[in-house]
Amino acid sequence: MSSASSTTTGAAKPSSTRDKPANKWEAAADWTDGRLGIYSLAKANLRKIFPDHWSFMLGEICLYSFVIIILTGVYLTLFFKPSMGEVIYNGSYVPLKGIGMSEAYASTLDISFEVRGGLLIRQIHHWAALVFVAAMLVHMMRVFFTGAFRKPREINWVFGFLLLVLGMFDGFFGYSLPDDLLSGTGIRFMEGAILAVPLVGTYLQMFLYGGEFPGHDIIPRFFTIHVLLIPGIMLGLLVAHLILVFYHKHTQWAGPGKTEKNVVGMPLMPVYMAKAGGFFFLVFGLISAISAIASINPIWAYGPYRPDQVSTDAQPDWYMGFSEGLIRVMPGWEISLWGHTLNLGVFVPLMIFPLVLVAIAVYPFIEGWITGDKREHHILDRPRNAPVRTALGAAWISLYLVLLVGGGNDLFATHLHLSINSITYFVRVGFFAVPVIVFIITKRWCLGLQRRDKEKVLHGRETGVIKRLPHGEFVEVHAQLPQKDLFKLTAHEQTQPVELPAQTDENGVARKAGALTRTRAKLSRGFYGEGSQIPKPTAEEHHEITSGHGHH
Amino acid sequence: MSHDMSEEKLPESHGSAGEVAEHGNPFADPGLPAHEPRRTDIDEKAASRAERQVSLMFVISMLATVGFIASYVAIDPDKIVYIFPLGKVSALNFALGLTLGVALFMIGAGAVHWARTLMSDVELPAERHPIEASDEVRADVIEQFKTGAAESGFGRRKMIRNTLIGSMALVPLSGVVLLRDLGPLPEKKLQETGWKEATETKPLQLVNMNTMQPMKPEDVIIGSLTFAMPEGLSTHDEDFQQRIAKDALMLVRIAPDDIKDDKSKELGFEGILAYSKICTHVGCPISLYEQQTHHALCPCHQSTFDLADGARVIFGPAGHPLPQLKITTDEKGNLVATGDFAEPVGPSFWERAR
Repeated sequence: MSSASSTTTGAAKPSSTRDKPANKWEAAADWTDGRLGIYSLAKANLRKIFPDHWSFMLGEICLYSFVIIILTGVYLTLFFKPSMGEVIYNGSYVPLKGIGMSEAYASTLDISFEVRGGLLIRQIHHWAALVFVAAMLVHMMRVFFTGAFRKPREINWVFGFLLLVLGMFDGFFGYSLPDDLLSGTGIRFMEGAILAVPLVGTYLQMFLYGGEFPGHDIIPRFFTIHVLLIPGIMLGLLVAHLILVFYHKHTQWAGPGKTEKNVVGMPLMPVYMAKAGGFFFLVFGLISAISAIASINPIWAYGPYRPDQVSTDAQPDWYMGFSEGLIRVMPGWEISLWGHTLNLGVFVPLMIFPLVLVAIAVYPFIEGWITGDKREHHILDRPRNAPVRTALGAAWISLYLVLLVGGGNDLFATHLHLSINSITYFVRVGFFAVPVIVFIITKRWCLGLQRRDKEKVLHGRETGVIKRLPHGEFVEVHAQLPQKDLFKLTAHEQTQPVELPAQTDENGVARKAGALTRTRAKLSRGFYGEGSQIPKPTAEEHHEITSGHGHH
Repeated sequence: MSHDMSEEKLPESHGSAGEVAEHGNPFADPGLPAHEPRRTDIDEKAASRAERQVSLMFVISMLATVGFIASYVAIDPDKIVYIFPLGKVSALNFALGLTLGVALFMIGAGAVHWARTLMSDVELPAERHPIEASDEVRADVIEQFKTGAAESGFGRRKMIRNTLIGSMALVPLSGVVLLRDLGPLPEKKLQETGWKEATETKPLQLVNMNTMQPMKPEDVIIGSLTFAMPEGLSTHDEDFQQRIAKDALMLVRIAPDDIKDDKSKELGFEGILAYSKICTHVGCPISLYEQQTHHALCPCHQSTFDLADGARVIFGPAGHPLPQLKITTDEKGNLVATGDFAEPVGPSFWERAR
């Protein structure tokens, strides 16, 4: 930096070889760099390369909808009163005039009818929350089916998973706040679920609600959890998630010139600043437009919460639907022993709910253990090339969907004119059967696609041109794939199943493998054995077919 | 896990850059394809057309923002308009949402169009470096850590170490203790309801929730479903929500011959049965009644109770029948209760005795 001691001739100070800043912007950047070290930070990131693929946008939708939720949420706190004190409504919504309700509900009505634009911000907030959780789930599925969770990204997978779970719960707490008839029913459900916990259930319930249901504390407590506690944790996880994405560099699809040791794409500045920055506005704009035309959670139609009133078609928001399905289809088993009641009908679903989520969360570690693969992976798998993984993921989604049907059994019954009993019995069986069927179909489907890829590599693509041979036979002409496609279709790795170590050591002494080792070998055979992948074409096979005078 | 079991089974890493030159491998990596210029790269006219398109989008955004502010000022918040195919909507919400949506969307569309048509689309490779540190760095860090640990004396001075662990383990207990006043202890709160005030000598009248009047047996006709609460409870009471969450009753009248459960018949009065309205599953109020079958259905999770058979669960996830309140009439002929439910109402809990 130049200093006051510089001479009027403008010559550079002998102690500094740095050029003088060309303009005031450079001077400002120099000033900031001297305090924050921004040049070193920017050196690695300003022209950072990101690969391009539509599926890499899904995570961006999550990020942007989170930002939208924060922005609109702060606005809503300016008007919302998280209090359960009773007031008599005297606002402009005529049907509720003179009715007693909590301040929380009354202030939500005011946001919707008195504050200009308040309804829009409320709707954007709620729509963005739905989009947020949906985008997180789809983003997670993208990462799952492409194997992007493999080393070194397992921890980032866990961060993402925690964001999904926290997002779901924060959504639940958020839509509970208005204290309307629908959301109050959800809070009542939560009370029943907590009471089902053996030994400590009643204590947990009393402490959470500040006494008997509903009391006067639950809305203010949910408010603090919803606007401070969970978003605070999520913000931390989100920053960590993004730092790791930058640090690991993005994964990429196999393709010409793309290796495990490089990343091919376009630079952050300017291309991704414009594309990703612009995408924020696209997401925000679309959600605003949806909020203008599609009403969401019209709490004025439900009325204030009363524990002795309820409406039909009571449904949680979609992301809580699968837990609702669990609770609806579980048989009402209750065990009474020695003056105590074990409410399995509620407690079992309460335990399966986290298990369904944890099952997907731990998958990267299970797969890593089975393959024993300690290397970094930056090239994505096509789902078909990991048939068992893809089939497991599809089975998980099917389980989720079956439970969603269970959670909306009343809607399915009324809209499709089905018996609610049959739907419930179907879901009880489907809970076990559908994932198995989906697993088998998906795996076979993947193997079929692998066979087709192999066929294409060895015999080329069908040109649609029919050729008549001299002796009268008609054949279709196949054309060799271009080099880049040959490379792309054979770029995937094929893990071989691990084998048990020799049952006897070099001295002939029996050395039996432990149960864990045997399990792992068995799983590995299931994942990568003969029936689980089609060997990819070898150079010899290709040579034999292309050099010969086959009839293709 | 043993290394010998897996390492050699892993596939060869594919696609190192040197493979391109390899002869005889039909699947070799051909390397990055050459850049194919876009129309805007070579045609100055196309480029300036793209520039105009981007600017137009930004201008539309500006106009939409002006429209947003104008709508905010001009449109009456109570105005409802009919818009096909949405139906009747709030004019203000519709105008604000669409103008904001267009203002935001057009900024995004302009930026993306700019990036796609005018910014360089040459794909560049960047090197990756392994996440894990080199062996030297690793050894150096472990050495530094060992030095630091040795200098602290953490391992050597056992007394300091153990007391530190002890104090760290205890200190969170203060935080746990502070949570005690979040709520009262359960005690018998869930075991009893507001009906416990009723006795044989001082019964409590059943008050119709619709008319807020005491009820005579002839008010409850066969096939109807009536909701009731105890006398003395007002919707404006401080603890009304808490009380009604347990005290709410539903009354049905069933021809005495149709009542299958004798105990249930005895608790009722001339075929009028007073059941708790709170579902024994997770506490929703039951409100759907089929008068021909005498089945009551909870709209939340579809637990179905046969009210003619002691509110036995015939379908759904509820674990036990709805508790029934013993009712009779007082000297004025009003329906009254003379005591509390025989068992706790609402969802099951650990301390609940059958």
